[in-house]
Amino acid sequence: MKKIEQEAVQNKIDALAKKDVYIHLETTNGAYASHFDEEAYNVGAFIRNAKVRYQHGKIISTGGSYRVGLKLDIGWVYAEGVTDFEVDDKGRLLMAGHDREGRLMVALEISETPFSHEADLDD
Amino acid sequence: MTKQHVVVIFPHPDDESFGASGTIAEFRSKGVPVTYLCGTRGEMGRNMGNPPFANRETLAQFRKKELADAAKELDIEVEYLGYRDKTLEFESREQVAKHLKRRISELGATTVITHYPGYAVHPDHDALGAAVVEAVRLMDSDQRPEILMHAITNNHEEDLGEPHIVHDITPYWDKKLAAIKAHLSQADGMMSLIKGQDQHAEQLERLKTERFYKYKFS
Repeated sequence: MKKIEQEAVQNKIDALAKKDVYIHLETTNGAYASHFDEEAYNVGAFIRNAKVRYQHGKIISTGGSYRVGLKLDIGWVYAEGVTDFEVDDKGRLLMAGHDREGRLMVALEISETPFSHEADLDD
Repeated sequence: MTKQHVVVIFPHPDDESFGASGTIAEFRSKGVPVTYLCGTRGEMGRNMGNPPFANRETLAQFRKKELADAAKELDIEVEYLGYRDKTLEFESREQVAKHLKRRISELGATTVITHYPGYAVHPDHDALGAAVVEAVRLMDSDQRPEILMHAITNNHEEDLGEPHIVHDITPYWDKKLAAIKAHLSQADGMMSLIKGQDQHAEQLERLKTERFYKYKFS
């Protein structure tokens, strides 16, 4: 992954609009948060392979990290804290936000084909 | 005497190196075969390397390679059970237990090493440890391997007392370190701990002592 290039990401978001796409959306602070710091909370959520079609989407920054919003016919997909991106060899738009130690805090990925969902022992 | 075979059952590629690789190395030094049944590919880990070199979609491939390298250091066999990271506690306990029972029996395990259910911090650890206990319970009592369980929670000794096995693995420290280092995407935090060992003598000592509880069927 590399640092967000806003225009490149926006172009890819535009190219995937008004199509059936699969979403991976995730946020996590790890399963050990409250083990290492008893004041901390373990919080996380993910959804893998939600099939959606968005009218349009935007990537926006007010300094620092980025926010991405996708407008659906009857709702929204939203991620905050995005710092890095990649269009991989399958043409998927992978976006993520990492902390100072390189740990993933948030991920939003958009693909025209389903993301792997079984153990995929052969990849 | 029955031919010994140690079967290690943890959910993530790297649990074996952090939790039991000194003990594994000692078994191997005595010629006892060791098989690691790894529950998942660790594809939902949040460590991506520092600086990150993996992403959510490539992490599983990196971790598979890392575990293969660690297994080479430890001279053990690896087999994946095929579950998804973070989801083990939502699988059918009964089905996972039956699956495990089959592999434990086929491998002729005499010792099984797993996490102590309820005292292992990560939900995957707790769920797979509980499924292992259930799997062994389903076996005929004269066929059952012993179960050694690794507890991680900060307060486990208050509830459980002293572990039954307190194993100084200093003689195998080089092997353990090499196995941990093989997990490049995951080991950064631990390696900085090891390098800054003066400040963290206590955590380092903990890594050099592997402690297990034996499960007793009532």
